[in-house]
Amino acid sequence: MSFISYLINGISLGSVYAIIALGYTMVYGIAKMLNFAHGDVIMIGAYVVMTAVTGMGLPPAAAILIAVIFCTVLGIVIESVAYRPLLNAASSLAVLITAIGVSYLLQNIALLVFGANTISFPNVLSIPALSLAGGELTITGEAFITIVSCIVIMIALTLFIHKSKAGQAMLAVSEDKGAAQLMGINVNGTIALTFAIGSALAAIAGVLLCSAYPTLTPYTGAMPGIKAFVAAVFGGIGSIPGAFIGGLLLGIIEVFGKAYISSQMADAIVFGVLILILIVKPTGILGKNIQEKV
Amino acid sequence: MKNMKKMNKMTRDNLITYLMVFVLFLVMQILVSSGNVSSLLQGLLVPLCAYIILAVSLNLTVGILGELSLGHAGFMCVGAFTSAFFSKCMVNTIPIAGVRYFLALLIGAAAAGICGILVGIPVLRLKGDYLAIVTLAFGEIIKNIMNILFIGRDSAGFHFSTTDARALGLLEDGEIIINGPQGITGTPKDSTFAVGVILIFVTLFIVLNLIHSRSGRAIMSIRDNRIAAESVGINITKYKLMAFSVSAALAGVAGVIYAHNLANLMAQPKNFGYNMSIMILVFVVLGGIGNIRGSVIAAIILTLLPELLRGLNDYRMLIYAVVFIAMMLFNWSPKAIAWREKYAAKLKRGKKKEV
Amino acid sequence: MRFKKAVSAALAAAMSLTLLAGCGSGGQQNSQGSSSGGETFKIGGIGPVTGSAAVYGEAVKNGAELAVKEINEAGGINGVQIEFNYQDDENDAEKAVNAYNTLKDWGMQMLLGTVTSGPCVSVGEVAQADNIFMLTPSGTAVDCVKYDNAFRVCFSDPMQGLESAKYIGENNLATKVAAIYDSSDVYSTGIYNAFAEEAENQNFEIVAAEAFTGESKSDFSVQIQKAKDAGAELVFLPFYYSEASLVLKQAAGMNYSPIFFGCDGMDGILAVEGFDASLANDLIFLSPFTPTSEDEAIQKFVKDYESAYGGTPNQFAADAYDGIYAIKAALEKAEAASDMSPSDLCEAMKTAMTEVTIDGVTAKDLTWEASGEPSKAPMVVKIADGDYAVVE
Repeated sequence: MSFISYLINGISLGSVYAIIALGYTMVYGIAKMLNFAHGDVIMIGAYVVMTAVTGMGLPPAAAILIAVIFCTVLGIVIESVAYRPLLNAASSLAVLITAIGVSYLLQNIALLVFGANTISFPNVLSIPALSLAGGELTITGEAFITIVSCIVIMIALTLFIHKSKAGQAMLAVSEDKGAAQLMGINVNGTIALTFAIGSALAAIAGVLLCSAYPTLTPYTGAMPGIKAFVAAVFGGIGSIPGAFIGGLLLGIIEVFGKAYISSQMADAIVFGVLILILIVKPTGILGKNIQEKV
Repeated sequence: MKNMKKMNKMTRDNLITYLMVFVLFLVMQILVSSGNVSSLLQGLLVPLCAYIILAVSLNLTVGILGELSLGHAGFMCVGAFTSAFFSKCMVNTIPIAGVRYFLALLIGAAAAGICGILVGIPVLRLKGDYLAIVTLAFGEIIKNIMNILFIGRDSAGFHFSTTDARALGLLEDGEIIINGPQGITGTPKDSTFAVGVILIFVTLFIVLNLIHSRSGRAIMSIRDNRIAAESVGINITKYKLMAFSVSAALAGVAGVIYAHNLANLMAQPKNFGYNMSIMILVFVVLGGIGNIRGSVIAAIILTLLPELLRGLNDYRMLIYAVVFIAMMLFNWSPKAIAWREKYAAKLKRGKKKEV
Repeated sequence: MRFKKAVSAALAAAMSLTLLAGCGSGGQQNSQGSSSGGETFKIGGIGPVTGSAAVYGEAVKNGAELAVKEINEAGGINGVQIEFNYQDDENDAEKAVNAYNTLKDWGMQMLLGTVTSGPCVSVGEVAQADNIFMLTPSGTAVDCVKYDNAFRVCFSDPMQGLESAKYIGENNLATKVAAIYDSSDVYSTGIYNAFAEEAENQNFEIVAAEAFTGESKSDFSVQIQKAKDAGAELVFLPFYYSEASLVLKQAAGMNYSPIFFGCDGMDGILAVEGFDASLANDLIFLSPFTPTSEDEAIQKFVKDYESAYGGTPNQFAADAYDGIYAIKAALEKAEAASDMSPSDLCEAMKTAMTEVTIDGVTAKDLTWEASGEPSKAPMVVKIADGDYAVVE
């Protein structure tokens, strides 16, 4: 029985990683950049929801909508100010480093505006926990919602990218920027759209992360951001279903590692398994193996 | 003939780098001995040496080998802990600080280099971001292990544990050397600015010579085109591992400097976590990928900047972040580069006219 | 190549500017220090105000500034005003030494700090070499007060672990106890180790000892599940309230309600904005400070703090507040003058510190031993109906 309960816990934790990883992998797949500030956009989104609910007394649905809009605008601003000038830089590392600068900036803005105090995130998703096997097993409402949202977002994103015109443009940009431009695609606009969607996802991820683990500080986004990055690579970075699977697996490995091997070594176990899997499967679980040519 | 000219230019370039470090060292030494330097700057001299070495060594992996590493702090951590462990054990056995420190350096570098080879093995199969993740994972594993490691010593020998200090079962005369998250306390403070600068020279010498040697050209050919390099018979495994382990060993040296500068050594996210690895990467990228001199300068600027901004109080880190982004845009944005070149050309023309 | 050169040139220019600025400001500060020295007591403070430990450093800063303001308004120490300068260390040993050196350039005569244990040990080493008096408000590790120039206001880690185990054993709270601790944190492991050691002498058994790390401190389901499966009636939580609030929430979600027992880091849990206080009902912890106490001095402190900074002060703020008053008492005892050198002051303070008694907000009749430890007993606080209540 405890095995199943650990499994459920692992899936709940993994679903939070997965939903963050979706935003990560989406931006990576199109813009080919690791957006290290993604975790901090999540944190900003959570603060916006918190302010809207407790400060302005808005209903949760309206608060989440405001957060989504806020983060979308934030994403577009960050992209145009900090990332776009480096789009054609000599090395793709330049934009990665700038993203780290943006991450510091967002953390410090939040620190100045909201202070360093831990805030308990308001209960915006009031779903009762699901009890199974006479109370032996419980699935929290937050975990349930997170998994459902993950699946919905995953399907929606896949459909959007493959069926809509804007999605096709994204695919074209990710394949070859120059050729896409020649075909009349607005490359800058497409990348901005990618960031807008990625940041909107970050706002939703912020709500789900902070509902599942309701403490909020200016540094709340940093560690889940890194874990989600790992999850995205795990699943094969750039692959949307891969991010979902990677996130879930990461959560399950973390919980099982703690439960059956050693709770002190949890991090070492997670990262150790990750290295092993990448050695066996060098492009992640669902990553494409691209044949290189001279 | 053309080749000769090119070599000369390289030698000149390298000489400028050496000279720059030497002049900096002299200026600082003179200022320190004449008492014109604030305690803050004086205290920063040794850490600066460590950061410069880290930046130069990571540039070998990122700039010359062309692979992204997010675990450089892990190698630094290995070097720091092994050497501090050694120094603490030997503090009574080898009373001469110079000898002890030299041995500690060798041990730290060797341990980090071995880890470099171990991590280098998966490197051979992985590329790009997947490699970055493996190095990040390595760094986090090292930090995790250092946090749960307990080592004590008594008359019966060494005792190990990964649970807590009591599990060591030390005798009365025992002492704990590595105490879990408290790490190693009481490492002798052997690092000095002069030694740090000598080690910078050693690092520069190793890295610059490697770059301009046959092996260095082989490594760069792997970076530029792996398949083409392989097809002309370059042993990719060997050269990749070489670059990786040299880079790791030098990071270990920086770790030794770091460990012998502070009274206590703990593996915290701040000093040995991915944050630090990323910070070193920032030095490399800001200074110019593959540009060794740039790494030295960027390491100095970015280490001093937050300290010089202390007057801003609460806004310190905010302004730091803004300056940081601005510097990146200025150094890397194609538009800024074009503008700078235009301006530089104008300046040159203006000077010529004056003459 | 030209590009690289341009970059190098730009960076070199920037570097020489920063270096010059460093020397310039250093020199300036030195001269300032010597010219204004003698008119005020210069007390330095070090703690994290950015980074994930910022909340503790911020509280110390506020508590100390409040005390300094009060003392200055009441006429200062021996008629001399205090200047207080608080520097950020980001909870990093190296940055803490930088902060210390910055303060030295400013002309610091004694130090209130550092806030966190790791940086405190490193700063303690340099402060000992410079012979500067230091009083840490909240550095709990044993090594923080290793040297005779260092004192602390808070309890030490082993003392808290020992007292916790004793209290649980003597009051027969449970026979099966589980412990969850942060294996990457000095404070948490320090307490846990002493707790486990003392547990052997008590009539309860530790049935589960589970750790977490700074990298994975949001999901506690496994640790709680293990405690539950082991049948623990009491769970010992030697870490800070922000993580503890998650543990309480997750345990409630798993229908597990043992007695939860914490240390001084638990103080402040009810002040977490938006926290459901009913989760913390019956939580017991050792605390040096209760903001809801009837005591007049505490009431005044809490009221002034709230009006100055908003929000209830926690034990960090209280420790810092007492720390400044302890420095004041020791300076008065030593009949120190503000034109004494830091080293002379340190010598005078070392002895004076062991002779003073202050009525602080963290304890009445607070005195210090030469070892640097304060002589105060922890209060046992139990949360009932969303409020702290002192257990006699």
